[in-house]
Amino acid sequence: MKYATTWALATTVLAMSVFPAMAQKTASQGIDEYRAMLQDGNPSELFEAKGEDLWKQKRGPKNATLEKCDLGKGPGVFKGAFVELPRYFADTQRVQDLETRLITCMETLQGFNAAEIYKTPFGKGEQNNVTALATWIASESKGLRFNLSQAHPQEKTFYEVGKRLFFQRGGPHDFSCASCHGEEGKRIRLQDLPMLSKNPGDGVGFAAWPAYRVSNGQMWGMQLRLNDCYRQQRFPYPGFGSDATLALATYLGVNAKGAASVAPAIKR
Amino acid sequence: MADPMRIRAQASGDKATVRVLMSHEMESGQRKDAAGKLVPAWYIQEVTASLNGKQVLAAEWGPAVSKNPFMQFAIKGAKAGDKVAVTWKDNKGDTRTDEATVS
Repeated sequence: MKYATTWALATTVLAMSVFPAMAQKTASQGIDEYRAMLQDGNPSELFEAKGEDLWKQKRGPKNATLEKCDLGKGPGVFKGAFVELPRYFADTQRVQDLETRLITCMETLQGFNAAEIYKTPFGKGEQNNVTALATWIASESKGLRFNLSQAHPQEKTFYEVGKRLFFQRGGPHDFSCASCHGEEGKRIRLQDLPMLSKNPGDGVGFAAWPAYRVSNGQMWGMQLRLNDCYRQQRFPYPGFGSDATLALATYLGVNAKGAASVAPAIKR
Repeated sequence: MADPMRIRAQASGDKATVRVLMSHEMESGQRKDAAGKLVPAWYIQEVTASLNGKQVLAAEWGPAVSKNPFMQFAIKGAKAGDKVAVTWKDNKGDTRTDEATVS
């Protein structure tokens, strides 16, 4: 009982010391200032430089560059490719996002083993190179507006499946993506949570990844971001390039139609 | 060989503002890996900057500096066209120098 009283007292003192400070500046204003300061030295630039090098560098068993890679706008066209992905590719007969498409190119042009890269954990070996390449390709579409195709039946299927997954509740906490991202004005601690079942606006949600995470100093692509959403819902990773993450990416990408991309962004 | 730095130098008035982004792990030597073994310290110890070959800044860094560090400083009297070079040296003896032109 004595313990409880002391605790209550401590809470009161804490509350008194915290509130005057908050009256001057709201927490979200403070965080915005911090983010603005970070913008100036976004380390994702280092990954952009690395990605550009990797694109032009002769690598792999075939000792070839990626310069003929078709990201959906024709071989070698990388400007504006990011804001139209994921999309259906006739040669692989699959819906692919930027990262999985890059691996297709690494296999067909450079001779890498795609299955091997899929199995590589995030942040290890060739996965790091895929992230760097994706960061650079994304940076080449900065400021452009998302415009995903929904012309192919597969693209429509992936959108519909993504929508179902977004609202599907499950796991030990009975969570869905929509538990956090299905309402306006929600936040976790000091992070604003965008509502992703509609267009969240320029440079928010789908339009902000790949991004550099300051807190762990890692560059994250959309595949890792979506897998981590599942981890936070206490699910196992669906896996790199899984149908589930591609379907969700299609859903989020189509919803973001017209939103300007700021990727690569910087996050807490 | 370490990855290149990104250096931007912009003149305004009688000084130039230099922004440097370095690519480095900056391992503090306090962390343990998945097997419980200490990750050896690996961080930048010395940073120097020069303007047209003449040293204008020297700094001693330690393990408290973040991964992929960002450094900003101003050089008095630097004009557009001047060359700014930045060098770092880490505790493993690895070093990297990059140069940029003031714009």
